[in-house]
Order: sequence, then structure tokens, then C-alpha cells
Amino acid sequence: MKKASRLMVKEARDGYLFASPWIIGFILFYLGPILATLFLSFTEYKIPLTPKWIGLENYYSLFMKDVQFKVSLYNTAYYTIFVVPLSICGSLAMAMLMNKNLRGITVYRTAVYLPAVTSGVAVALLWMWLLNPSMGIINYVLGKLGLPQPLWLQDEKWAKPALIIMQLYYIGGNTMVVFLSGLQGVPQSLYEAAEIDGANWWHKFRHVTIPMISPIILFNLIMAVINSFQVFTQAFVMTQGGPNNSTMFYVYYLYNVAFWWGRLGYAAALAWILFVIVFILTVIQLKLSGRWVYYAG
Amino acid sequence: MKKKEFSYIVNSIYYIVLTLIAVIFVFPTFWMVTTALKPTKDIFKIPPVWLPKPPHWEIFREAWHKRPFNLYLKNSLIIVTLDLVGVLFTSSLVAYSFARLRWPGRDIFFLITLCTLMLPSQVTIIPLFIIFNRLGMVNTYYPLVLPSFFGGGAFNIFLLRQYYKTLPTDLDDAARIDGCNNFHIYWQILLPLMKPALAAVAIFTFMGQWNSFLIPLIYLNDERKFTLPLGLSAFRYEFEVSWNHLMAASFLTLLPCIVIFFIAQKFFIQGITLTGLKE
Repeated sequence: MKKASRLMVKEARDGYLFASPWIIGFILFYLGPILATLFLSFTEYKIPLTPKWIGLENYYSLFMKDVQFKVSLYNTAYYTIFVVPLSICGSLAMAMLMNKNLRGITVYRTAVYLPAVTSGVAVALLWMWLLNPSMGIINYVLGKLGLPQPLWLQDEKWAKPALIIMQLYYIGGNTMVVFLSGLQGVPQSLYEAAEIDGANWWHKFRHVTIPMISPIILFNLIMAVINSFQVFTQAFVMTQGGPNNSTMFYVYYLYNVAFWWGRLGYAAALAWILFVIVFILTVIQLKLSGRWVYYAG
Repeated sequence: MKKKEFSYIVNSIYYIVLTLIAVIFVFPTFWMVTTALKPTKDIFKIPPVWLPKPPHWEIFREAWHKRPFNLYLKNSLIIVTLDLVGVLFTSSLVAYSFARLRWPGRDIFFLITLCTLMLPSQVTIIPLFIIFNRLGMVNTYYPLVLPSFFGGGAFNIFLLRQYYKTLPTDLDDAARIDGCNNFHIYWQILLPLMKPALAAVAIFTFMGQWNSFLIPLIYLNDERKFTLPLGLSAFRYEFEVSWNHLMAASFLTLLPCIVIFFIAQKFFIQGITLTGLKE
């Protein structure tokens, strides 16, 4: 008995020891900074100076006076409302298309996954070229089809849709692979049972597939919302927030406030609001999930 | 006979649809390469030149030398290598502790760890910048590399923990009876079996760091320290840069990711699938 408990103490000691890089890392790079951001959001702070406590003034200015803040929030919400449903449905449709035992199917899976290994500045430049109003290939094809040729990134009405379309280029990526593994985990017997009951493909999709993969849909949904609130590189490289602030996204505004104007206290308030927004959206999705997510077993 | 013919037609339609989709998704990458192979006078031609004859391979070289991309490449390689060392070692150790050792508070801390997955990195960016600035580390690689040595982030810990869970605990017990301590079990018994999962972690870390933009943008302002994405972003504003050169430099920047993807596809799929596993 005594020996067993000594072993447990030793195991716990090693457990803490081995987890310690992350325990320290969590405090140093997550918990500490989150609290520091909250503190800084109540101050005015420009870098060589010391932070000056100003209470809620940053928040007051943001909500009452700052037009750019509202524009950036609107733009980000607009982007999220389109990107999240479109890319989740797109990825799911793609996964179902790729979930066939056909010869050579892996070649097709590889092809649609390819965009996911390319990202960042290089892809932003590529899409600037594809979307170029006069010389870009997209407008060339639209012209051939007799369709209107928008100015895309140079038109404030089309800049956000252009970036949304660009994001759909990734529907064959990681989200699709997660859906695919989920689809492959649905027991075939359920489909067979449904067929015996006379179900058509829509019934099978609606009443077997969707419930069985609903936990995966929830996971992808939550991550998609969080990611779309962080859109930055496209705005920085392709549009610099323009034209006329139409792609001034939240994180790009935060970057400008913090590292262009050097107003770190004000930017901390922006960061904290971002944290609260993402937190609330996640909690809402988890709360609503009780109504539609089905956990087998 | 009839039925066979019917399924033949259905399959053909299926292949046509799949091919069409595949072409759409591969096209942008193809267009990047083909633009990079055109002489400047051909870029703006209408109808477009699909495949330049002859291909102008020298544009890749020209673009690469218009800016010190060799230097950026070296910088990116240094950063990514250090990140890989830190992430692979610490995340596998931490994940081992979560998966195999019992300690008070472990499960609740694991839950908290998963919550950090949902934290936008911008929330912590300002205090971290202030601290690194105080420590005189702006314009060094420390802010980009140091965090990797503290567990490698929740995603990697989670992925590796899930994989540890698939290995039988009999292995640990047998080794323990033979007198192995916990570190030996981790290092000598389990780690060799973790290769597929470690490969997945290495690939994801590489891809993430290689294309990372916001964090290097904040910390590096000396051009000689730039990473490839920063160099590429600066290249864009250079006077007299044309699209063929931009696409050439972009493609060369992405090339390592594309090559790794084709070599290590198996590990990609495994890694992503693993994180989708339920408990």
C-alpha cells in the first residue's frame, strides 16, 4: 500500500515535470498576456512612455466615437456570415463527392487539397493577379461567357466578395479531410437499414449522414468562425483595407492601431473585444448544438 | 447488361464532374507557374498565352536575384528549423504526460489546453510585443522561436496525445517491470512508435511557420532579417516589378510546401484525421 502510493507520488512528480514546458508556456504566452491585455485596455500606452490608467475611456471612444472600429466590425461580420456557411457547405459537399470508392479517387482528393498547402503572401499575390480587372484571367473568362467583369479589389462593392471567393478556394483542404474521415466512420449498416425502409438519397443524407457527423460539423463550424474573425494577410497584401475601407477587417485595424499608430492601450481594448466576441460566438454555438448535434454511444 | 451500361454512364459522368472540379482547383497554381514562364510582353496578351513557347525559365532566376531571396530563404530555414526542434521535443513530452502519467489536475488542465485552440492569437499579441521589446528582442528571431520550446501549442499536444492513446499501455508496463523510468519509456519505447504522428506535427509546423506573416511582420523590421513572406511582400512594392517576376518568386516560396505535400501526403491525412477522432 505504502509502496503503491510512493509510486503514485513519483508518477505525479514526473507528470508535472514533463508537462512543465507547457504549464510554463501556458502561463507565459496565454494566461499572462490575456490578463495583461485586459489591464492594458484600461490604459493609454505609447511605447517609450509608461502606461497611464484611463479607466474605460478606450472602450468609450471605441463604441461612441470610432467610426473605423464600427466599419471594421461590420466588414468582418459580413465576411464571416458569407465565408463560414459557404465554406462549411462547400467542404461537406466536396467530402461527399470524394467519398466514393472509385479508381483514381486519391488523385482528385490531392488536386482539391493542393490549395491548402499554399497560403499567405504568395497566394494573396496570386489572387491579385487572377482578379486583376483588365489583365486577369477571371475577368477574361467572364468576358468570354458574356458576363459582367467587376473591378474586384478596386471596387468597394466587389472587394469583400472577391476575398470571400478567394477563401472558397480552400474548401478542399483540412475541413474537407475531417469531413471525409467522419463520413467514412458512418456505419454502412445504417444506410442499408434506411434503404430497406424505402429512404431515398435525401432521406439518407438528412436522417443518417447529418446526425452521424454532426459533432464534426460543430467542430468545423466553431473553428471556421474563429478563423474568419482573424482575416489579415489578404487585407494587408491585397487591398490595404481599401477601397474606401471596404476591406478594413478587424485584425487589420487592430494591427494598424497597435503597430502603425503605436497606440497599444487602445489596441489592447480592441484585442479584448475580439476575445469577448469570439468567446460569445463559441458559447452560443455550443449552447445551440444541444438541439442538433447527436453524439452516438 | 442494361444495368451494367447504366452504371458505366453514371461513373463516366462522375469522372467528368470530378475532373472539372480538380481542374478548377489546380488552375490557380498552374496559372502562377505559366505566368512565371512568360516574357513580359506575353503577359498582357489577349487571348492569353496558356503555355509559353519556349518557356522562359530564366525569369525564375531573375526574380530570385532582384531581391536577396537567398538571404530570406536562409532566414526562413533557420527559424523553421529551430521551431521544429522545439515543437517536436516539447510537444511530444507534454503529450506523453497528458496521455500516460496520472497527476492531480491533469484532466482539467487538458481541457483548458484545448480551449486555447479557440483563442485568436491577436489577443495576446500586444503584451508579448511589449515584453519582447523590453527584453531587446525586437528584430531578433527569439520572439518567433522561443514560444515553440514551451509545448508547441495545443493543436500539436492534442494530436500527439490522441496518438499515444492508440498505443497499448502493456508496452509501458513491460518496460516498467524491466526497470525503465518514465523518461526512458517516453524516449526509448514510445517515441520510436510515434513516428507517423511526429511526421504530421512536423509537417503542420513547417507549413504554419513557413507561411506565417503577421508575427514576423511585427517583430522584424531590418530587411536583412526578413523571412520569405516578408521579402515577398516587400518585393511587391518594388518599382518595375512585373507579374511574371512576382509569380515566379511566389511560386518558389511555395515550392517547399508543395514538394513536402507530395512526398508526405499520407502523414497529412493521418494527422488531420487523428485530431478529428472522438475520445
